Amino acid sequence: MALAQADVLAGLKEIVEEVAGIPAASVELDKNFTDDLDVDSLSMVEVVVAAEERFGVKIPDDSVTDLVTVGDAVNFIVNASK
Amino acid sequence: MTRRRVVVTGLGATTPLGGDVATTWAGLLAGRSGVRTLTEDWAQTIPVTFAARVAVEPSEQMERVEIRRLDRSEQFGLIASREAWKDAGSPEIDNERLGVVVASGIGGVTTLLEQYDILNGKGARLVSPHTVPMLMPNGPAANIGLELKAQAGIHTPVSACASGAEAIGYAFEMIRNNRADIVVSGGVEAACHALPMAAFAAMKALSTRNDDPARASRPYDLNRDGFVLGEGGGILVLEEYEHAKARGAKIYCEIAGQGLSSDGYHIAAPDPSGAGVQRAVKFALRDAELTTADIVHLNAHATSTPAGDVAEANALRAALGKDADHVAVSATKSMTGHLLGGAGAIESVFIVKALQDRLAPPTINIEELDPAVTVDVVRDKPRALPAGDIAALNDSFGFGGHNVVLAFKSI
Repeated sequence: MALAQADVLAGLKEIVEEVAGIPAASVELDKNFTDDLDVDSLSMVEVVVAAEERFGVKIPDDSVTDLVTVGDAVNFIVNASK
Repeated sequence: MTRRRVVVTGLGATTPLGGDVATTWAGLLAGRSGVRTLTEDWAQTIPVTFAARVAVEPSEQMERVEIRRLDRSEQFGLIASREAWKDAGSPEIDNERLGVVVASGIGGVTTLLEQYDILNGKGARLVSPHTVPMLMPNGPAANIGLELKAQAGIHTPVSACASGAEAIGYAFEMIRNNRADIVVSGGVEAACHALPMAAFAAMKALSTRNDDPARASRPYDLNRDGFVLGEGGGILVLEEYEHAKARGAKIYCEIAGQGLSSDGYHIAAPDPSGAGVQRAVKFALRDAELTTADIVHLNAHATSTPAGDVAEANALRAALGKDADHVAVSATKSMTGHLLGGAGAIESVFIVKALQDRLAPPTINIEELDPAVTVDVVRDKPRALPAGDIAALNDSFGFGGHNVVLAFKSI
């Protein structure tokens, strides 16, 4: 069953706060990981691995470059869970 | 052209005696031991169950997210450099004239081992992307340099237990050679982990006095049985003298010279002739334009190993001659344990404090002075140093036969 967008966003907020120290409240769908949240390439790898573990999906390395905003990541994870 | 002079304008430290310089120095003068029984389960699986952990955990001094991206050695480096930079007055400087030279003997060994456990237990996908920046020995220097935006050069000389002193010497040369006006220098170590401890124990280098940890590090004592592993770091802000004066900086003292040599004798054992140490002392004095008559204090390498302490003392006696009679020798590893690549750095911090307060810190745990020790050891209580112009030496030696002597003088 597909995951709900709201649940994925809530989970990502926790992961980004844990990995990068960004307050969960500022992790919103339209935020750019690099420019808005200061998540660098190394921390992005941590976010991706933690998201795979948490949501039980695969996020191939080729797809990671497409995850520019938090919304991109949420949509990818929701689709991958279908 | 007159030679550019180098002074110390900032100090920082996190050690087994305190999370800063002031607490550490007070602990040293009080003759406190920072050595304790390890509480980790793994300690019971190795022959030595104690070490000198830092007195204040980095998690009490840094943000959680910083901690997870930094090896423990890098955490120590940043904690000490922040204190030192602040102590120096957070100077305004052209970043291209700011350098960093910070060493470590072993680098991010705990990161390496923990990630290897993750690789074996959970697979490659879960190996942290921060592993390499955390385990590289230049990581502490690089992180400090990044924070301060240093652009004159960031360096990490590695020479085992002489690394910290060598880093300060390198920094000194950077300023003297006009590559930089300020260099943040020192050394760190974070190797309290089962593997490095088992490895040092396999060399019979560590004390095994498990029933009395606080009395295990006993340089110059007849019954010493090895060193005690310590962790932490020390940082000195070095600055060109005119630059420091121009900005009205507090100037602690001058670094006047360094002497470097190598034994060419054995990978781990000290050369019993002490020839390499004697040459390093001679070179340092010559470089500093000092004579043996000027030296009133020496912070010895003296790690509490049976062979090393006497070889060093004999070499110092030979190098200083009759003037050794007025040199107050302190073996502060009796209290801090041996910080490996951090040792020469915290001991340089101690020398700067000794010159400032005119007090040589004590050496503790000498119950029966080894009669083979022919230098004047400061025992149990601090000893006053003379007024007027005085100078002091810090010597550090590393596996591989590296000898580094730094000369400091009052200003």
